[in-house]
Amino acid sequence: MSIAFYLIAALTLAGGLAAVLLKNTVHCALALTVAFAGLALLFLELDAQFAGFAQILVYIGAVAILVVFAILLTRGSETPKDGVYSRNWLAGLFIAAAVFAVLGWAVLQSAGGLPQGAVAAPTVTVLQIGNALVSRYVLPLEIVALLLTAAMIGAVIVAMHEKERQK
Amino acid sequence: MTGTMDQIFVLLQHWLTGFLPAAWQGPARVVLSVAVIVGLFPALFALTTVFERKGLGRIQNRIGPNRTGWLGILQPVADGIKSLTKEDIVPLSADGAVHFLAPVVLVVAVFMGFAVLPMGRKMVLVEMDAGLLFFFAMGASTELSVFMAGWSSRNKYSLLGAMRAVAQMISYEVPLLMSSVAVVMITGSLSLTRIVEAQDQYTWGFPHWYIFTPWGFAGFVMYAIAATAETNRSPFDLPEGESELVAGYHTEYSGFKFALFFLGEYLAMFSISGLGTTLFLGGWSAPFSWLGWIPSWIWFFSKLMLSIFVFIWLRGTLPRLRQDQLMNFAWKFVLPMTLLNLMVAALWRFLGEGWERWVICSAILVLAYVAMGRAGMHREHFGPRRYRYAE
Repeated sequence: MSIAFYLIAALTLAGGLAAVLLKNTVHCALALTVAFAGLALLFLELDAQFAGFAQILVYIGAVAILVVFAILLTRGSETPKDGVYSRNWLAGLFIAAAVFAVLGWAVLQSAGGLPQGAVAAPTVTVLQIGNALVSRYVLPLEIVALLLTAAMIGAVIVAMHEKERQK
Repeated sequence: MTGTMDQIFVLLQHWLTGFLPAAWQGPARVVLSVAVIVGLFPALFALTTVFERKGLGRIQNRIGPNRTGWLGILQPVADGIKSLTKEDIVPLSADGAVHFLAPVVLVVAVFMGFAVLPMGRKMVLVEMDAGLLFFFAMGASTELSVFMAGWSSRNKYSLLGAMRAVAQMISYEVPLLMSSVAVVMITGSLSLTRIVEAQDQYTWGFPHWYIFTPWGFAGFVMYAIAATAETNRSPFDLPEGESELVAGYHTEYSGFKFALFFLGEYLAMFSISGLGTTLFLGGWSAPFSWLGWIPSWIWFFSKLMLSIFVFIWLRGTLPRLRQDQLMNFAWKFVLPMTLLNLMVAALWRFLGEGWERWVICSAILVLAYVAMGRAGMHREHFGPRRYRYAE
């Protein structure tokens, strides 16, 4: 655990907390982006270049933009008067705690399977990831591609339907 | 001697850091390289503004700036002093923190892209295995800063400009990536250094640049179109169309923050031209084998400035597109062509050496271009213009 890890972890946690606690919706989205960037930095700190850059490219370059677009195009960015906190926050807290417990349990369980003692970290290049994706993991890759295409066609159909009805 | 001139900056760097204790040399080299990049490109930006204003003036039959210094060469200094001493106005209802952060995030993200560009033989700041991916990741981060600037200003022109800019940047980012992927497929590496080295070979004195192959030429044209749109340059300058939106997302910025936006825009132009040079124009390699004695960095920066000149030329020549034309062009023409280009690049890879691949690949691309152009024109109805709202 280096000092860089603690700094990045603090940044990520601060971003995540701000995303939940801030009042203005656009501020929340921007804080969420900070959390995304922190996660990308964590990946990079672990020498996972591909995962880190893909995280920046997809989450900061596309998902964050999608989120702010959705906020601006739907309700407007003005903060509602009656507050932004949900009334059934107790249920939300319970679900969040359950998810965290499952994740924590899974992480703690897998710790036993790790090789004991100091082991040299494996170096994985982007070339190896690419080769693995199109040889051993080609079926999952194709399924994901099919799913994404279906989702995109569905989105286009939903958007087109609105237009037809207006005419 | 030629080798010395070629590596002059690397040797200078080693000589300068040689005075320090051995433990400090590594970090000192990095700091020195970063300082050079942070100093050099803004200087190039200053030169380019004069060059652009003079060039545009010539195109529009004017003289351009010629009052400050010899032939107006000191104009950027005057502009810099002006923007530094101007009042920094923040609108009363603006979102202070976001308004302040937007130009900073933009400039930082744009500067990061230069880290992986090979500017000469062995002249690259970070030798990264996934250099191209890093470059695009940093390029994608600039979109959010544009949104931040437009949204935090609380101005309808700013917000409209930001929405336009983000929509345009997202639309053209896909063809930009796709046209670069063809190069990655042929080279088999995401490392920009490796991509340049693959092009630094000669047959009968002519270079193996990717632009001289059918898929490379098509890819370069697509890349140039997407790069122009990505940097919001004319004819794709709708986000800051001064006749429609005042200045788009940086309407409410003044003083040095405005200068930062201006700087970020030009730096993005430099970095994307540098990447185009690296991917398609052979990076730092010489155009003929007998010109190899000229230092590699001279070639890189000549190609870079040539691309900048083309940008300025386009700005002085072409009218601005309409929003629907912009989107239709991106999704219905450029994107399908880049996808086809990927197929052609794969075909090129597996057809092996020989003249057949030249004929087949060129034929596919030309036929597709003509067919798509015809189909697109067929749908348009040319004739007397009808005004929907003004009649």
